[in-house]
Amino acid sequence: MSLAGYKVERWTRQSVIFAGCIGVLLIVLAIGPFIFSADITDRLTTLFIYIILAAMWNALAGYAGLVSIGNQVFIGLGGYFLIKLSNAGISLYPALVLAALIVGVIALPVGELMLRLRGGEFAIGMWVLAELSHFLVNLDPVIQGETGTSLTAIDNYAPATARADTYWMGFALMVALLAIVFLLLRGRVGASIQAIRDDEIAAASVGVKVHGGKRIMFVLAAVGCAAAGGVWLATTVSFQPATFFGIQWTAYMLFMALVGGLGTFEGPVIGAIVFFLMESWFGATGVAYLIGLGLAALVFSLFLPKGIWGTVENRFGLRLLPVGFFLRGP
Amino acid sequence: MNFLNQIIQGVLLGGFYALLACGLSFMFGVMRIINLAHGSLAILAAFLLLDFCNYTNLSPFLGLLLVLPVMALVGWVLQFAVLDRSLRAGPLIPVLSTFGVAVVLDNSLFEAYGANSQSLGPNIGDLAFNSWNLTDTISIAQLDALVFATAVVVLGGLQFILARTAIGRTIRATANDPSVVDLIGVDSRAVYAVSAAMAMVMVGLAGAFLGMRDSFDPYAGGPQLLFAFETIVIGGLGSLWGTLIGGIVLGVAQNIGATISPHGFLIAGHLTFLAVLIARTFGGNFSLKRLLPKKAVAP
Repeated sequence: MSLAGYKVERWTRQSVIFAGCIGVLLIVLAIGPFIFSADITDRLTTLFIYIILAAMWNALAGYAGLVSIGNQVFIGLGGYFLIKLSNAGISLYPALVLAALIVGVIALPVGELMLRLRGGEFAIGMWVLAELSHFLVNLDPVIQGETGTSLTAIDNYAPATARADTYWMGFALMVALLAIVFLLLRGRVGASIQAIRDDEIAAASVGVKVHGGKRIMFVLAAVGCAAAGGVWLATTVSFQPATFFGIQWTAYMLFMALVGGLGTFEGPVIGAIVFFLMESWFGATGVAYLIGLGLAALVFSLFLPKGIWGTVENRFGLRLLPVGFFLRGP
Repeated sequence: MNFLNQIIQGVLLGGFYALLACGLSFMFGVMRIINLAHGSLAILAAFLLLDFCNYTNLSPFLGLLLVLPVMALVGWVLQFAVLDRSLRAGPLIPVLSTFGVAVVLDNSLFEAYGANSQSLGPNIGDLAFNSWNLTDTISIAQLDALVFATAVVVLGGLQFILARTAIGRTIRATANDPSVVDLIGVDSRAVYAVSAAMAMVMVGLAGAFLGMRDSFDPYAGGPQLLFAFETIVIGGLGSLWGTLIGGIVLGVAQNIGATISPHGFLIAGHLTFLAVLIARTFGGNFSLKRLLPKKAVAP
């Protein structure tokens, strides 16, 4: 067989056009608070939080092969440290970023420990960590147990300013985190962690540093989820430990990543939009809605493990934001 | 004296944790699946017993005659509807799918029974509060003693079945290598189904005692999963008796923690778990799988 005429490509025509459209969309979103109503601005901020969470969970599960049911530990700690830093007099938005970075630093030694666990052990181990952090945070007199406390610093801003600033914070963090994931995946780390996910022993045997790649994804997920937790706190204002450290976050993240497409870059974004719409339409039905989420996660994991985007991508050969290489026939 | 009492109560609590953990441990040993719906299934059994008691006014112990077979059936269905497909789809899928089952189960229980805390305590008469007073400060609740004895009997029985019976040998062989077992004419899926049914009978028993010794609500499954998991990690999966030791360590740690601070019960338990994890980590690359008997080398 001759290889003449075959081409290895990364950027196809499709993906260049699509990336252009994304660029335009991002510019529109960047001036969002000037053109959208207050309600839409708030709702978009929530969507940004969901996208961050879905992308971080996917970075861990879909690419590094680490399914966690305890990522709420980072969401909760992100909120907690934002409260602490803001009480210490640091102004709100720098404190938010700083809180996320602190959680990242904590995640380094924690990751050393948790990454020794495999599969389901890692999953539950993370949950234990979330519960433990929850109870320890409850011991802080500022938090007053399950009563919680409020992010009073937000009162220093006029409501409209706070709304717009929080929106920009969420937007900037989402774009930055997605860009980091995108660049990581296209680089050496991306190739190595996907090799580890697919076969750890084989990857190690060809010289991939198994631990390094996983550690990067773990810390990234910690920083990302903590940032999302901080933005969430800036929108809800009240910090209730049971809500921030709640297992429902895992149900949401799992749903978004699975439905959108585990192990694809675009999938979690689509999953987050689907989740966002489902929540707006059915959220009021309460428990029935949660049953629906669980059922959807179950059905997707069993019958469509590649999710909506993975399936579409395979069927139509679409490559919108390429993180891999493709072979094109003559 | 009070301290000694806490330790004794912790040991007894450990018996409950061992009973709670053996279904999880057994399923992991046979199928290599950590069933994240484990705790929720125990709560399901407790609610089924509550229904039985409310409709018939009979003792929940009689109800077990009905509920345990139902749980076995649940295990059978779970294997064919969810686990079998998950197992073939790779190592991540069982974690995702069993978590999905847990979410569906918890919220369905909430839909069916509401948010109220329930207990089977009122249905077991004097057993709920009778105890043997050893000294002025130390007494042993008869129910706790019964739970501990049940745990020992279940663990011993499981050990006996696995070591001495034909089905036990088949289960051990399947755990070692399902594809080889298939080659010699045993249907590994049926073996898995039997194992899942056995695990669910143990889960049913644990759920029954959970309901008798404490109160429960539709979302109580999560914490129970964590206790069961911590028990098997602390005890190690090497032997079934390790589960009992793991449960006792966890129970004693929690009870000692409770004497230090009102929040100490759960914190001490989780910290003990992490301490064991750290100890194992520095003693080499830790994984539950490493504690299992070595697999035959694949060609």
